[in-house]
Amino acid sequence: MSSLQDEIRAAAEPYPDKKSAVMGGLRLAQNEYGGWLPPEALVEVAEALDLTPAHVQSVASFYDMYNLAPTGEHVVEVCTNVSCALVGAQQVVDAFSQELGIRPGETSEDGKVTLRTIECAGGCGYAPVVVLDHRYREPTRPEDVRAIVEELRNG
Amino acid sequence: MADELQMVLAGADERDLTKLSEYRAIGGYALLEKARGMSREAVIEEISSASLRGRGGAGFPMGRKLSLVQPPEAAGKPTYVVANADESEPGSFKDREIMSRVPHRFIEGCLIAAHAIGSAYVFIYIRGEYLAEYEVLRAAADEARDAGVLGDVTLVIHRGAGAYICGEETALLDSLEGRRGQPRTKPPFPAIQGLYASPTVVNNVETLATLPPIIEMGGAEYAKLGVPDSRGTRLVSISGHVERPGNYEIENGTSLRDLIYGLGGGIPGGRALKAVIPGGSSTVILQGDEIDVGYDFNSLLKLNTAMGSAGVVALDDSCCMVQLGIRISEFYEHESCGKCTPCREGTRWMTQILRRLESGEAVQSELDLLLDVCDRINGKCLCPLGETAAVAVASYVEKFRAEFIAHVDQGGCPFGESSPLHDVLAPVAVHSPAAVPA
Repeated sequence: MSSLQDEIRAAAEPYPDKKSAVMGGLRLAQNEYGGWLPPEALVEVAEALDLTPAHVQSVASFYDMYNLAPTGEHVVEVCTNVSCALVGAQQVVDAFSQELGIRPGETSEDGKVTLRTIECAGGCGYAPVVVLDHRYREPTRPEDVRAIVEELRNG
Repeated sequence: MADELQMVLAGADERDLTKLSEYRAIGGYALLEKARGMSREAVIEEISSASLRGRGGAGFPMGRKLSLVQPPEAAGKPTYVVANADESEPGSFKDREIMSRVPHRFIEGCLIAAHAIGSAYVFIYIRGEYLAEYEVLRAAADEARDAGVLGDVTLVIHRGAGAYICGEETALLDSLEGRRGQPRTKPPFPAIQGLYASPTVVNNVETLATLPPIIEMGGAEYAKLGVPDSRGTRLVSISGHVERPGNYEIENGTSLRDLIYGLGGGIPGGRALKAVIPGGSSTVILQGDEIDVGYDFNSLLKLNTAMGSAGVVALDDSCCMVQLGIRISEFYEHESCGKCTPCREGTRWMTQILRRLESGEAVQSELDLLLDVCDRINGKCLCPLGETAAVAVASYVEKFRAEFIAHVDQGGCPFGESSPLHDVLAPVAVHSPAAVPA
């Protein structure tokens, strides 16, 4: 049993049914495997919780925050739902696209940054919302983008 | 002008209520002790007499919900409290503020609810994106546990992983049980057969955070605030085209005009208010001249719309309603869990027709086709996701019909790039490249 599996089993302890820990287990595995879930990560989670890999995959493929393919070192997410769009979210997306030379859904050539658009992140009052490696940056304006990208590339 | 009235957020402007000592200093967790000194029935009676209705969207009376749960002795099974902290409704960001500023009041409310149904478990299902809020909540829960406040209750904070549908209570329960978050057939309702097939109450964060003030002042006193059928306060998220977006806790029944022009500071740049989404993206839109209405369940119901999760989004006269329809429809298309065909396929159809309208390819009859597709989703799915998409988009057509017809007549969008909703790249468009015009 690997230390990841020990961690997953420990996370399952508070639940009356350890199957409930599959989401937490996938999160732990994703961190362990460098930001995504290769097939062997799904198998590890399944073994730790006595589930089938197929079940674990069915869960992993359902939720947006599990990555089933590798990402860049950093992930930039821009909310483009209505409240953010009303105050210029698309201009922020465009600025990131231009600065990184990629479209949303792609990763920069140096492998440093993946750019995505996301649905409402719950920051409508502080829009436009950008999420940098899971941390909200509110608000983010197009003119902020160059410095952010520079920092990510150097970081 | 409208004033704020803070009950859920009381004290948070003056003190750092994320700390147990500060929360204790204003009487924190004393209400839990008071409730634990009362019988379960007496606690439920206080909540019922407060006329507290759920703050998550459906507005179900909480006292009745609690009274539907059989206590563990009678049910022969454990009972569970589940806090729905999966706030994901476009336009709503209030629960986030509660968790990050008054986490202990929220936890205290959860524990009061646990006492009311004899539950030894509280599960808080928080959306995965709320990392900072999770950290605050976890620290507060650890502090409360170390101080012995939890008693024999096990408090589990369960993080979601990005799925709007998990805000629907039965989808949330499936997710919490370790499956894809897809809605269940109802009945059985969660109060009878919820988490792990046991009696369960599922309540929104704000609803639970309202329990300590209700125990403090008594249900009858609480029910003096607000208007009939909407008692007490409501935390309203205001965003979009307003000068001062943010969360404001107000007495139920405050005028929507006051929310937008008073607390929200009015529309920037001297522009006119064109439309208001009154309760999050799932609600029927209001025209700019329909805002002289009380912000409460009944007053909005009279306009065929709803408070929903209290997310008010103001749109100025630069906005194209077809573009709004596309973006909203794309959201629901992306978030449809895929279980029910009318929602899975219908939301996709809605987006395609709206895109044809926007690009000027559509003929007049496609407007009827759009409404027909909406009608074929309504009432034909297990949960409200597809239905709210259909009702919301149909309301844009109904209230701004001339604008939709102009798209057909002019062979394109009268607003084009001048509307801020022009060519906004939604996630669903990124994932299916065919949907993106090159």
